[in-house]
Amino acid sequence: MQQIFSFLIKNSYRLLFLLLLVLSLSLTIQSHSYHKSKVISSANFLTGGVYQKINNVNEYFNLKSQNDELANENARLKALLFNKKDTTKLPELDSIKGVKKNDVIISKVIHNSYSVLENYLTINTGSKAGLKQDMGVINSAGIIGIIDNTSPNYSTVISILNVQSKINAKIKKSNHFGSLIWNGKSTGFVQLIDVPRLAGVRKGDTIVTGGQSHIFPENIGIGTIDKVYIDDETNYYTLDIKLFNDMTNLGYVYIIKNKDREEIIQLEDKTKKNE
Amino acid sequence: MNSALLTNIARFILLLLAQVLIFNRIDLFGFINPFPYILFIILYPVNGNKTGLLVASFFLGLIMDMFWNYGGVHAASCLVLAYFRPSIFKFSFGLSYEYQTVKLNDVLTPERFSFILIAVVIHHFTLFVLEVFKISFLWDIFLRTLLSTLFTIITCIIIIYIIKPNKR
Repeated sequence: MQQIFSFLIKNSYRLLFLLLLVLSLSLTIQSHSYHKSKVISSANFLTGGVYQKINNVNEYFNLKSQNDELANENARLKALLFNKKDTTKLPELDSIKGVKKNDVIISKVIHNSYSVLENYLTINTGSKAGLKQDMGVINSAGIIGIIDNTSPNYSTVISILNVQSKINAKIKKSNHFGSLIWNGKSTGFVQLIDVPRLAGVRKGDTIVTGGQSHIFPENIGIGTIDKVYIDDETNYYTLDIKLFNDMTNLGYVYIIKNKDREEIIQLEDKTKKNE
Repeated sequence: MNSALLTNIARFILLLLAQVLIFNRIDLFGFINPFPYILFIILYPVNGNKTGLLVASFFLGLIMDMFWNYGGVHAASCLVLAYFRPSIFKFSFGLSYEYQTVKLNDVLTPERFSFILIAVVIHHFTLFVLEVFKISFLWDIFLRTLLSTLFTIITCIIIIYIIKPNKR
Protein backbone atom coordinates (compact mmCIF):
# COMPACT_ATOMS: atom_id res chain seq x y z
CA MET A 1 0.00 0.00 0.00
CA GLN A 2 2.74 2.34 0.98
CA GLN A 3 4.53 1.52 -2.23
CA ILE A 4 1.49 2.40 -4.26
CA PHE A 5 1.27 5.74 -2.53
CA SER A 6 4.94 6.46 -2.96
CA PHE A 7 4.66 5.50 -6.61
CA LEU A 8 1.72 7.86 -7.03
CA ILE A 9 3.51 10.70 -5.30
CA LYS A 10 6.73 10.12 -7.20
CA ASN A 11 5.00 10.08 -10.57
CA SER A 12 2.27 12.59 -9.80
CA TYR A 13 3.45 14.98 -12.53
CA ARG A 14 3.46 12.32 -15.21
CA LEU A 15 0.13 10.92 -14.04
CA LEU A 16 -1.46 14.36 -14.14
CA PHE A 17 -0.17 14.80 -17.68
CA LEU A 18 -1.58 11.45 -18.76
CA LEU A 19 -4.91 12.14 -17.09
CA LEU A 20 -5.33 15.50 -18.79
CA LEU A 21 -4.12 14.07 -22.11
CA VAL A 22 -6.66 11.27 -21.98
CA LEU A 23 -9.35 13.81 -21.14
CA SER A 24 -8.49 16.07 -24.07
CA LEU A 25 -8.09 13.15 -26.47
CA SER A 26 -11.49 11.78 -25.52
CA LEU A 27 -12.98 15.23 -26.15
CA THR A 28 -11.24 15.24 -29.54
CA ILE A 29 -12.45 11.79 -30.54
CA GLN A 30 -15.95 12.58 -29.39
CA SER A 31 -15.94 15.73 -31.52
CA HIS A 32 -14.90 13.74 -34.57
CA SER A 33 -17.98 11.56 -34.45
CA TYR A 34 -20.74 13.29 -36.31
CA HIS A 35 -23.47 14.95 -34.33
CA LYS A 36 -22.69 14.16 -30.76
CA SER A 37 -23.65 16.88 -28.39
CA LYS A 38 -20.35 18.45 -27.66
CA VAL A 39 -19.16 19.42 -24.24
CA ILE A 40 -16.85 22.03 -25.68
CA SER A 41 -18.60 24.15 -28.27
CA SER A 42 -18.85 27.81 -29.04
CA ALA A 43 -22.58 27.78 -28.30
CA ASN A 44 -22.09 28.86 -24.73
CA PHE A 45 -22.34 32.00 -22.70
CA LEU A 46 -18.63 32.89 -22.73
CA THR A 47 -17.62 32.34 -26.34
CA GLY A 48 -21.02 33.28 -27.73
CA GLY A 49 -20.88 36.55 -25.85
CA VAL A 50 -17.37 37.34 -27.06
CA TYR A 51 -18.26 36.56 -30.66
CA GLN A 52 -21.38 38.71 -30.39
CA LYS A 53 -19.25 41.65 -29.21
CA ILE A 54 -16.77 41.18 -32.04
CA ASN A 55 -19.58 40.93 -34.54
CA ASN A 56 -21.19 44.11 -33.30
CA VAL A 57 -18.11 45.96 -34.49
CA ASN A 58 -17.49 43.87 -37.57
CA GLU A 59 -20.92 44.15 -39.12
CA TYR A 60 -20.34 47.81 -40.00
CA PHE A 61 -17.70 46.77 -42.47
CA ASN A 62 -20.01 44.77 -44.69
CA LEU A 63 -23.23 46.73 -44.34
CA LYS A 64 -23.22 47.54 -48.03
CA SER A 65 -22.97 43.99 -49.30
CA GLN A 66 -25.58 42.85 -46.79
CA ASN A 67 -27.96 45.58 -47.91
CA ASP A 68 -27.47 44.67 -51.54
CA GLU A 69 -28.21 41.06 -50.80
CA LEU A 70 -31.38 41.87 -48.89
CA ALA A 71 -32.56 44.26 -51.61
CA ASN A 72 -31.99 41.58 -54.24
CA GLU A 73 -33.94 39.08 -52.24
CA ASN A 74 -36.79 41.53 -51.72
CA ALA A 75 -36.91 42.14 -55.45
CA ARG A 76 -37.07 38.43 -56.13
CA LEU A 77 -39.84 37.89 -53.62
CA LYS A 78 -41.78 40.86 -54.99
CA ALA A 79 -41.49 39.36 -58.46
CA LEU A 80 -42.92 36.10 -57.16
CA LEU A 81 -45.75 37.90 -55.46
CA PHE A 82 -46.68 40.00 -58.51
CA ASN A 83 -46.63 37.02 -60.82
CA LYS A 84 -49.12 35.07 -58.81
CA LYS A 85 -52.38 34.50 -60.62
CA ASP A 86 -54.41 36.14 -57.93
CA THR A 87 -52.48 38.36 -55.58
CA THR A 88 -55.34 38.68 -53.15
CA LYS A 89 -55.52 34.94 -52.57
CA LEU A 90 -52.69 34.24 -50.19
CA PRO A 91 -52.55 30.85 -48.49
CA GLU A 92 -54.84 30.82 -45.51
CA LEU A 93 -53.29 30.72 -42.10
CA ASP A 94 -55.02 28.77 -39.43
CA SER A 95 -53.86 30.38 -36.24
CA ILE A 96 -54.18 27.14 -34.30
CA LYS A 97 -52.84 24.53 -36.67
CA GLY A 98 -51.07 26.44 -39.38
CA VAL A 99 -51.02 25.24 -42.95
CA LYS A 100 -47.38 25.95 -43.53
CA LYS A 101 -45.12 22.99 -43.32
CA ASN A 102 -41.98 25.00 -42.72
CA ASP A 103 -41.36 27.80 -40.29
CA VAL A 104 -38.55 30.25 -40.92
CA ILE A 105 -36.54 31.84 -38.13
CA ILE A 106 -34.12 34.65 -38.86
CA SER A 107 -30.70 34.75 -37.29
CA LYS A 108 -27.27 36.22 -37.78
CA VAL A 109 -23.86 34.62 -38.16
CA ILE A 110 -21.58 35.97 -35.43
CA HIS A 111 -18.61 33.72 -36.10
CA ASN A 112 -17.63 32.09 -39.34
CA SER A 113 -14.78 29.66 -39.87
CA TYR A 114 -13.66 28.34 -43.23
CA SER A 115 -9.93 27.76 -42.91
CA VAL A 116 -9.92 24.28 -41.38
CA LEU A 117 -11.34 20.93 -42.40
CA GLU A 118 -14.18 20.91 -39.89
CA ASN A 119 -15.80 24.29 -40.06
CA TYR A 120 -18.55 25.49 -37.75
CA LEU A 121 -20.49 28.74 -37.65
CA THR A 122 -21.93 30.35 -34.56
CA ILE A 123 -25.28 32.14 -34.83
CA ASN A 124 -27.01 34.37 -32.33
CA THR A 125 -30.29 32.57 -31.76
CA GLY A 126 -30.74 29.45 -29.72
CA SER A 127 -33.22 27.19 -28.03
CA LYS A 128 -35.18 30.20 -26.72
CA ALA A 129 -36.27 30.91 -30.29
CA GLY A 130 -37.13 27.25 -30.84
CA LEU A 131 -33.96 26.08 -32.51
CA LYS A 132 -33.07 22.43 -32.20
CA GLN A 133 -30.40 20.10 -33.49
CA ASP A 134 -30.71 19.07 -37.17
CA MET A 135 -32.54 22.10 -38.50
CA GLY A 136 -31.46 23.43 -41.85
CA VAL A 137 -29.74 26.81 -42.23
CA ILE A 138 -29.96 28.74 -45.51
CA ASN A 139 -29.64 32.29 -46.75
CA SER A 140 -31.02 34.06 -49.78
CA ALA A 141 -28.42 32.50 -52.08
CA GLY A 142 -28.54 28.89 -50.95
CA ILE A 143 -27.79 26.38 -48.22
CA ILE A 144 -25.27 26.99 -45.46
CA GLY A 145 -25.41 24.09 -43.03
CA ILE A 146 -27.22 22.21 -40.29
CA ILE A 147 -27.69 23.19 -36.64
CA ASP A 148 -25.41 21.20 -34.37
CA ASN A 149 -25.54 22.40 -30.76
CA THR A 150 -27.83 24.93 -29.15
CA SER A 151 -27.66 26.94 -25.95
CA PRO A 152 -30.40 29.35 -24.79
CA ASN A 153 -29.09 32.24 -26.91
CA TYR A 154 -26.58 30.81 -29.38
CA SER A 155 -26.21 27.83 -31.70
CA THR A 156 -23.43 26.25 -33.67
CA VAL A 157 -23.95 25.23 -37.28
CA ILE A 158 -22.07 22.51 -39.15
CA SER A 159 -21.10 24.34 -42.30
CA ILE A 160 -21.33 22.60 -45.67
CA LEU A 161 -17.59 23.25 -45.70
CA ASN A 162 -17.06 20.48 -43.14
CA VAL A 163 -15.60 17.15 -44.20
CA GLN A 164 -18.15 15.41 -42.00
CA SER A 165 -21.27 16.94 -43.41
CA LYS A 166 -23.33 14.93 -45.86
CA ILE A 167 -26.46 16.40 -47.39
CA ASN A 168 -28.92 14.93 -49.83
CA ALA A 169 -28.93 16.88 -53.10
CA LYS A 170 -30.16 16.42 -56.63
CA ILE A 171 -29.67 17.73 -60.13
CA LYS A 172 -32.53 20.12 -60.73
CA LYS A 173 -33.04 19.16 -64.36
CA SER A 174 -33.14 15.39 -64.07
CA ASN A 175 -33.99 14.67 -60.39
CA HIS A 176 -31.01 12.34 -59.97
CA PHE A 177 -29.91 12.19 -56.34
CA GLY A 178 -26.45 12.26 -54.80
CA SER A 179 -24.71 13.10 -51.55
CA LEU A 180 -23.12 16.48 -51.05
CA ILE A 181 -19.73 16.37 -49.32
CA TRP A 182 -16.66 18.59 -49.07
CA ASN A 183 -13.14 17.42 -49.82
CA GLY A 184 -11.54 20.17 -47.75
CA LYS A 185 -9.73 21.88 -50.59
CA SER A 186 -11.46 25.07 -51.69
CA THR A 187 -14.03 27.22 -49.93
CA GLY A 188 -15.89 27.93 -53.17
CA PHE A 189 -16.50 24.32 -54.22
CA VAL A 190 -18.22 21.23 -52.79
CA GLN A 191 -18.58 17.75 -54.27
CA LEU A 192 -21.65 15.77 -55.19
CA ILE A 193 -20.85 12.05 -55.09
CA ASP A 194 -22.71 8.87 -55.99
CA VAL A 195 -24.56 10.34 -58.95
CA PRO A 196 -25.65 7.46 -61.21
CA ARG A 197 -24.04 7.30 -64.65
CA LEU A 198 -27.50 7.40 -66.20
CA ALA A 199 -27.86 11.02 -65.19
CA GLY A 200 -27.06 13.30 -68.06
CA VAL A 201 -24.88 15.88 -66.37
CA ARG A 202 -23.43 18.89 -68.05
CA LYS A 203 -21.26 21.75 -66.88
CA GLY A 204 -23.45 24.59 -65.65
CA ASP A 205 -26.40 22.50 -64.49
CA THR A 206 -27.98 23.64 -61.23
CA ILE A 207 -27.80 21.51 -58.10
CA VAL A 208 -30.54 21.88 -55.48
CA THR A 209 -31.43 20.15 -52.23
CA GLY A 210 -33.25 16.87 -52.62
CA GLY A 211 -36.59 15.94 -51.12
CA GLN A 212 -35.30 12.94 -49.22
CA SER A 213 -34.12 14.75 -46.12
CA HIS A 214 -36.42 16.20 -43.54
CA ILE A 215 -33.87 18.91 -42.78
CA PHE A 216 -34.12 21.02 -45.91
CA PRO A 217 -37.19 21.61 -48.03
CA GLU A 218 -36.82 20.58 -51.64
CA ASN A 219 -35.33 22.82 -54.33
CA ILE A 220 -33.12 25.15 -52.32
CA GLY A 221 -30.20 26.27 -54.42
CA ILE A 222 -26.71 24.92 -53.79
CA GLY A 223 -24.60 25.70 -56.84
CA THR A 224 -23.76 24.85 -60.41
CA ILE A 225 -21.73 21.95 -61.82
CA ASP A 226 -18.16 22.98 -62.53
CA LYS A 227 -16.40 19.70 -63.34
CA VAL A 228 -17.49 16.10 -63.91
CA TYR A 229 -15.34 13.10 -62.91
CA ILE A 230 -15.97 9.38 -62.84
CA ASP A 231 -15.02 7.73 -59.57
CA ASP A 232 -12.69 4.80 -60.36
CA GLU A 233 -13.85 2.70 -57.44
CA THR A 234 -17.59 3.04 -57.58
CA ASN A 235 -18.08 3.99 -61.22
CA TYR A 236 -20.43 6.75 -60.21
CA TYR A 237 -20.10 10.38 -61.18
CA THR A 238 -18.39 12.82 -58.84
CA LEU A 239 -19.25 16.43 -59.57
CA ASP A 240 -17.41 19.55 -58.52
CA ILE A 241 -20.00 22.16 -57.60
CA LYS A 242 -19.41 25.87 -57.52
CA LEU A 243 -21.42 27.26 -54.62
CA PHE A 244 -23.91 30.10 -55.07
CA ASN A 245 -22.96 31.28 -51.60
CA ASP A 246 -19.73 32.98 -50.72
CA MET A 247 -19.12 31.01 -47.54
CA THR A 248 -16.45 33.46 -46.42
CA ASN A 249 -18.91 36.34 -46.20
CA LEU A 250 -22.12 35.47 -44.39
CA GLY A 251 -24.53 37.78 -42.61
CA TYR A 252 -28.20 37.09 -42.00
CA VAL A 253 -29.38 33.51 -42.31
CA TYR A 254 -32.72 31.71 -42.07
CA ILE A 255 -33.32 28.57 -40.07
CA ILE A 256 -35.92 26.21 -41.43
CA LYS A 257 -38.10 24.47 -38.92
CA ASN A 258 -39.90 21.54 -40.47
CA LYS A 259 -43.07 21.00 -38.47
CA ASP A 260 -43.57 17.46 -39.75
CA ARG A 261 -40.06 16.41 -38.89
CA GLU A 262 -40.82 14.86 -35.52
CA GLU A 263 -43.77 13.02 -36.96
CA ILE A 264 -41.64 11.61 -39.77
CA ILE A 265 -38.88 10.52 -37.41
CA GLN A 266 -41.37 8.90 -35.05
CA LEU A 267 -42.93 7.03 -37.91
CA GLU A 268 -39.58 5.86 -39.20
CA ASP A 269 -38.49 4.70 -35.75
CA LYS A 270 -41.71 2.77 -35.36
CA THR A 271 -41.18 1.08 -38.69
CA LYS A 272 -37.65 0.12 -37.77
CA LYS A 273 -38.81 -1.38 -34.48
CA ASN A 274 -41.38 -3.52 -36.21
CA GLU A 275 -38.83 -5.04 -38.50
CA MET B 1 0.77 37.73 -4.40
CA ASN B 2 4.07 37.63 -6.18
CA SER B 3 4.61 39.44 -9.42
CA ALA B 4 5.51 36.33 -11.44
CA LEU B 5 2.05 34.90 -10.87
CA LEU B 6 0.39 38.16 -11.82
CA THR B 7 2.47 38.43 -15.00
CA ASN B 8 1.47 34.92 -15.95
CA ILE B 9 -2.22 35.53 -15.40
CA ALA B 10 -2.03 38.74 -17.42
CA ARG B 11 -0.15 36.94 -20.18
CA PHE B 12 -2.72 34.13 -20.22
CA ILE B 13 -5.63 36.54 -20.68
CA LEU B 14 -3.92 38.95 -23.06
CA LEU B 15 -2.57 36.25 -25.37
CA LEU B 16 -5.95 34.51 -25.52
CA LEU B 17 -7.66 37.80 -26.33
CA ALA B 18 -5.09 38.65 -29.01
CA GLN B 19 -5.47 35.17 -30.48
CA VAL B 20 -9.26 35.32 -30.66
CA LEU B 21 -9.59 38.96 -31.68
CA ILE B 22 -6.73 39.25 -34.17
CA PHE B 23 -4.85 36.11 -35.10
CA ASN B 24 -7.84 33.82 -35.61
CA ARG B 25 -9.03 36.11 -38.37
CA ILE B 26 -5.88 36.33 -40.43
CA ASP B 27 -6.57 33.28 -42.63
CA LEU B 28 -3.65 33.81 -44.98
CA PHE B 29 -4.26 32.01 -48.30
CA GLY B 30 -7.40 30.55 -46.77
CA PHE B 31 -5.81 28.12 -44.35
CA ILE B 32 -2.79 29.57 -42.56
CA ASN B 33 -3.36 30.90 -39.08
CA PRO B 34 -0.56 31.78 -36.68
CA PHE B 35 -1.07 30.59 -33.11
CA PRO B 36 1.03 32.93 -30.97
CA TYR B 37 -1.04 32.10 -27.88
CA ILE B 38 1.43 29.29 -27.13
CA LEU B 39 3.89 32.02 -26.14
CA PHE B 40 2.31 31.61 -22.72
CA ILE B 41 3.79 28.13 -22.44
CA ILE B 42 7.09 29.13 -24.05
CA LEU B 43 7.62 32.16 -21.83
CA TYR B 44 6.55 30.50 -18.57
CA PRO B 45 9.38 30.87 -16.01
CA VAL B 46 11.97 28.12 -16.29
CA ASN B 47 11.92 27.26 -12.60
CA GLY B 48 8.19 27.85 -12.21
CA ASN B 49 5.73 25.32 -10.88
CA LYS B 50 5.54 22.47 -13.40
CA THR B 51 2.14 21.19 -12.30
CA GLY B 52 0.76 24.70 -12.51
CA LEU B 53 2.01 25.01 -16.08
CA LEU B 54 0.43 21.69 -17.03
CA VAL B 55 -2.98 22.67 -15.65
CA ALA B 56 -2.79 26.21 -17.04
CA SER B 57 -1.88 25.03 -20.54
CA PHE B 58 -4.71 22.51 -20.45
CA PHE B 59 -7.21 25.28 -19.76
CA LEU B 60 -5.54 27.59 -22.26
CA GLY B 61 -6.07 24.96 -24.94
CA LEU B 62 -9.59 24.18 -23.77
CA ILE B 63 -10.68 27.81 -24.10
CA MET B 64 -9.19 27.91 -27.60
CA ASP B 65 -11.17 24.78 -28.43
CA MET B 66 -14.35 26.44 -27.28
CA PHE B 67 -13.80 29.30 -29.68
CA TRP B 68 -12.97 26.99 -32.57
CA ASN B 69 -15.43 24.13 -31.90
CA TYR B 70 -12.59 21.66 -31.98
CA GLY B 71 -13.31 19.30 -29.13
CA GLY B 72 -9.98 18.93 -27.37
CA VAL B 73 -7.39 19.42 -30.06
CA HIS B 74 -5.73 22.56 -28.74
CA ALA B 75 -5.89 21.30 -25.16
CA ALA B 76 -4.05 18.11 -26.11
CA SER B 77 -1.34 19.84 -28.13
CA CYS B 78 -0.76 22.48 -25.45
CA LEU B 79 -0.41 19.70 -22.88
CA VAL B 80 2.12 17.88 -25.01
CA LEU B 81 4.14 21.05 -25.44
CA ALA B 82 4.02 21.83 -21.70
CA TYR B 83 5.06 18.28 -20.83
CA PHE B 84 8.04 18.21 -23.18
CA ARG B 85 9.16 21.75 -22.39
CA PRO B 86 11.91 20.72 -19.92
CA SER B 87 13.32 18.28 -22.48
CA ILE B 88 13.40 20.99 -25.14
CA PHE B 89 15.19 23.27 -22.69
CA LYS B 90 17.74 20.55 -22.07
CA PHE B 91 18.24 20.08 -25.78
CA SER B 92 18.57 23.75 -26.65
CA PHE B 93 20.46 25.18 -23.69
CA GLY B 94 22.48 22.19 -22.50
CA LEU B 95 22.08 20.04 -19.42
CA SER B 96 22.62 22.70 -16.79
CA TYR B 97 19.83 24.97 -17.96
CA GLU B 98 18.20 25.09 -14.57
CA TYR B 99 21.22 26.65 -12.96
CA GLN B 100 21.77 29.26 -15.58
CA THR B 101 19.20 31.95 -15.67
CA VAL B 102 17.66 31.32 -19.03
CA LYS B 103 15.80 34.36 -20.25
CA LEU B 104 13.87 33.89 -23.42
CA ASN B 105 12.79 37.44 -23.99
CA ASP B 106 16.21 38.80 -24.74
CA VAL B 107 18.50 39.03 -27.77
CA LEU B 108 17.74 36.28 -30.24
CA THR B 109 20.57 33.77 -29.99
CA PRO B 110 20.67 30.44 -31.87
CA GLU B 111 19.78 28.62 -28.63
CA ARG B 112 16.70 30.70 -28.05
CA PHE B 113 15.64 30.41 -31.66
CA SER B 114 16.06 26.63 -31.66
CA PHE B 115 13.99 26.43 -28.49
CA ILE B 116 11.12 28.40 -30.01
CA LEU B 117 11.37 26.45 -33.26
CA ILE B 118 11.20 23.02 -31.64
CA ALA B 119 8.40 24.07 -29.30
CA VAL B 120 6.28 25.47 -32.12
CA VAL B 121 6.87 22.45 -34.37
CA ILE B 122 5.88 20.01 -31.61
CA HIS B 123 2.72 21.96 -30.82
CA HIS B 124 1.64 22.44 -34.43
CA PHE B 125 2.31 18.91 -35.52
CA THR B 126 0.23 17.47 -32.67
CA LEU B 127 -2.44 20.03 -33.41
CA PHE B 128 -2.83 19.27 -37.08
CA VAL B 129 -2.53 15.51 -36.69
CA LEU B 130 -5.31 15.53 -34.12
CA GLU B 131 -7.41 17.97 -36.07
CA VAL B 132 -7.48 15.90 -39.22
CA PHE B 133 -7.16 12.41 -37.76
CA LYS B 134 -6.99 10.82 -41.17
CA ILE B 135 -4.05 9.32 -43.05
CA SER B 136 -5.42 10.45 -46.39
CA PHE B 137 -4.64 14.06 -45.52
CA LEU B 138 -0.96 13.38 -44.72
CA TRP B 139 0.48 15.86 -47.21
CA ASP B 140 -2.05 18.37 -46.12
CA ILE B 141 -0.90 17.95 -42.52
CA PHE B 142 2.74 18.48 -43.44
CA LEU B 143 2.00 21.54 -45.53
CA ARG B 144 -0.17 23.10 -42.86
CA THR B 145 2.34 22.34 -40.12
CA LEU B 146 5.19 23.79 -42.12
CA LEU B 147 3.49 27.00 -43.18
CA SER B 148 1.71 27.66 -39.89
CA THR B 149 4.94 26.99 -37.99
CA LEU B 150 6.67 29.59 -40.08
CA PHE B 151 4.04 32.21 -39.41
CA THR B 152 3.68 31.38 -35.74
CA ILE B 153 7.45 31.75 -35.23
CA ILE B 154 7.49 35.08 -37.01
CA THR B 155 4.58 36.43 -34.95
CA CYS B 156 6.03 35.00 -31.74
CA ILE B 157 9.38 36.71 -32.28
CA ILE B 158 7.69 39.97 -33.22
CA ILE B 159 5.53 39.84 -30.09
CA ILE B 160 8.53 39.07 -27.86
CA TYR B 161 10.35 42.09 -29.21
CA ILE B 162 7.39 44.43 -29.05
CA ILE B 163 6.61 43.56 -25.45
CA LYS B 164 10.18 43.39 -24.15
CA PRO B 165 12.41 45.87 -25.97
CA ASN B 166 16.12 45.47 -25.44
CA LYS B 167 17.37 47.16 -22.34
CA ARG B 168 20.83 48.55 -22.77
